[in-house]
Amino acid sequence: MKLVTIAGPPSSGKTAVTVKAIASLQQEGVQVGVVKFDSLSTQDQALYEKQGVPVTTGLSGNLCPDHFFVSNVCDCLSWGVQKGFDLLVIESAGLCNRCAPHIQGVLAVCVIDNLSGVDTPKKIGPMLKMADVVVITKGDIVSQAEREVFAYRVRQVNTNATIMNVNGLTGQGGHELGRLLVDAPETVDLAGKLLRFSMPAALCSYCLGQRKIGSDFQMGNVKKMAFP
Amino acid sequence: MPTNRVEKSLSTIPMAELVQRAPFVEDFFTSHGLALPGEGVSPSAYFAALDSELLEDLGLERQGLTERFMAYMELLEELKAGSGGSRIESITIRGGHDKSGQPEALELTIKPGEVVCIVGPTGSGKSRFLADIEWMAQADTPTGRSILINGRIPDPGQRFSIEHKLVAQLSQNMNFVMDLTVEEFITMHAESRMVEDVSTVTAAIIDLGNDLAGEKFTPRTPVTALSGGQSRALMIADTSCLSTSPIVLIDEIENAGIDRKRAVHTLVDKRKIVLMATHDPILALMGDRRLVFKNGGISAIIATSAVERANLALFEEMDAKLGAVRNALRKGERIEKTG
Ligand SMILES: Nc1nc2c(ncn2[C@@H]2O[C@H](COP(=O)(O)OP(=O)(O)OP(=O)(O)O)[C@@H](O)[C@H]2O)c(=O)[nH]1
Ligand SMILES: Nc1ncnc2c1ncn2[C@@H]1O[C@H](COP(=O)(O)OP(=O)(O)OP(=O)(O)O)[C@@H](O)[C@H]1O
Ligand SMILES: [Mg+2]
Ligand SMILES: [Mg+2]
Repeated sequence: MKLVTIAGPPSSGKTAVTVKAIASLQQEGVQVGVVKFDSLSTQDQALYEKQGVPVTTGLSGNLCPDHFFVSNVCDCLSWGVQKGFDLLVIESAGLCNRCAPHIQGVLAVCVIDNLSGVDTPKKIGPMLKMADVVVITKGDIVSQAEREVFAYRVRQVNTNATIMNVNGLTGQGGHELGRLLVDAPETVDLAGKLLRFSMPAALCSYCLGQRKIGSDFQMGNVKKMAFP
Repeated sequence: MPTNRVEKSLSTIPMAELVQRAPFVEDFFTSHGLALPGEGVSPSAYFAALDSELLEDLGLERQGLTERFMAYMELLEELKAGSGGSRIESITIRGGHDKSGQPEALELTIKPGEVVCIVGPTGSGKSRFLADIEWMAQADTPTGRSILINGRIPDPGQRFSIEHKLVAQLSQNMNFVMDLTVEEFITMHAESRMVEDVSTVTAAIIDLGNDLAGEKFTPRTPVTALSGGQSRALMIADTSCLSTSPIVLIDEIENAGIDRKRAVHTLVDKRKIVLMATHDPILALMGDRRLVFKNGGISAIIATSAVERANLALFEEMDAKLGAVRNALRKGERIEKTG
């Protein structure tokens, strides 16, 4: 089975473009399934179901959704194999811009939107910088000049990626994205594979449920700001 | 992707010299959230000395940095090479099939400076046709069409290269989301294109935009304060001067406050191929040819005839009359005279 991870900031259009790409693949008879990760709740399950896509949702609750993703990704793969999919797409929550669910040897897609502003590409970490495919959405709302500058700024921080514009509403570019997704390498087993980049170190007292503020209550991995 | 345009030892040259050679080199560091290396330090030495914790925080890997830097320098070279005039002499569309699978027996070649209009009912495949061109389809889209550039099959790498993007799109419901003045905005675009003389180019674009717009704007007008007509005028000027894409796609230029004919001619003058999806009689007849879409295929190609051109003059007269009425309405006058 082919496996793809799709990440991107909240509401950047991950589901919209994925649905359009899958719609085009379905017409060719490709069997596609989706796993959606999120933290508290998500409407995405319904959006995929509407397109007739088999989908499962994993909610991380009070855990970091990206850490939760890594702990469950092998089971996602087994589910997809068991269901007989040709392609399994994992849509991540992508809450903090520093995290990336991307795995070495697995096609990594990052979705970002033109509306987020031309400085956004430099603010996003490995999720964007280490992606194989960068999909830029919401080009319909901005000017041609902004689209060009935005694409250039993405290119600056990720010189190797395939960068494409997809319109999540009209589906323009969706067919083309679908072609890239089915060309993903086969993934037989994930055990032993490496994340493309380490997830941020955590485990301070607040990770463990502490609610009180103040230095007496800070333990573990604590980092202090420097003030001028 | 790398074409070895840049020498391998580039990353060992001290910054001061690199900046001399390529002023935009500093952008690499700022765009990655890194402080600038000192003048006498080479990028390789700088990467080697970076604090591991800082790299971890920025989500960067030391090993990959030199490679990323070299790829960035390649990109700069490519952009600079690309800004030297159009490399596209023709685009050829080889027919595929319509939605029923009936062959679309045609081979259509379009050259820079041509205006081609696209007409047909909703759902007839106009947008798909434009997407086929943008994606440089090679019989791998639902229409089975293929696209040739300068008579040849394009290199697959070109499909995704932002430097070789075929189509620039001027859409109807376009907004600016940036809080910049007109001058800052155009400057930013010009810088991303690595043009040599940013301020001259910027001033020329603003002048041209003002020529096309009914109401004038200044370099210091915020882009978000431009009217619909002014934004379009500015974007047409900007696209004709700064976009590398040889094809400009326009959907309906609305009447409001812009000289439509001059707008199209501006693009044609800059050797763009202009594709217009329009059912506006004046724009449609301004084209050299129009492609008629039906059931997902091109069902006819109509060259604008002499009679149609004569009719165009007639329509322009009618348009001018309607324009006068519109103006009168704007000024609060009564519309009781006709003819
Ligand atoms: N105008 C416009 N809207 C878009 C485009 N792509 C997506 N949207 C809209 O943006 C909103 C968010 O899109 P989603 O696909 O749900 O975004 P997401 O990244 O999956 O969001 P989460 O999974 O909740 O993080 C929806 O209302 C979409 O209809 C686009 O290209 N143009
Ligand atoms: N030759 C073809 N074979 C199969 N499908 C096609 C073909 N041409 C177009 N289609 C499909 O038909 C649908 C409608 O086409 P498209 O969106 O291009 O229409 P349109 O002319 O742009 O309509 P509108 O005027 O409403 O924008 C799309 O899903 C498109 O992919
Ligand atoms: Mg989603
Ligand atoms: Mg359309």
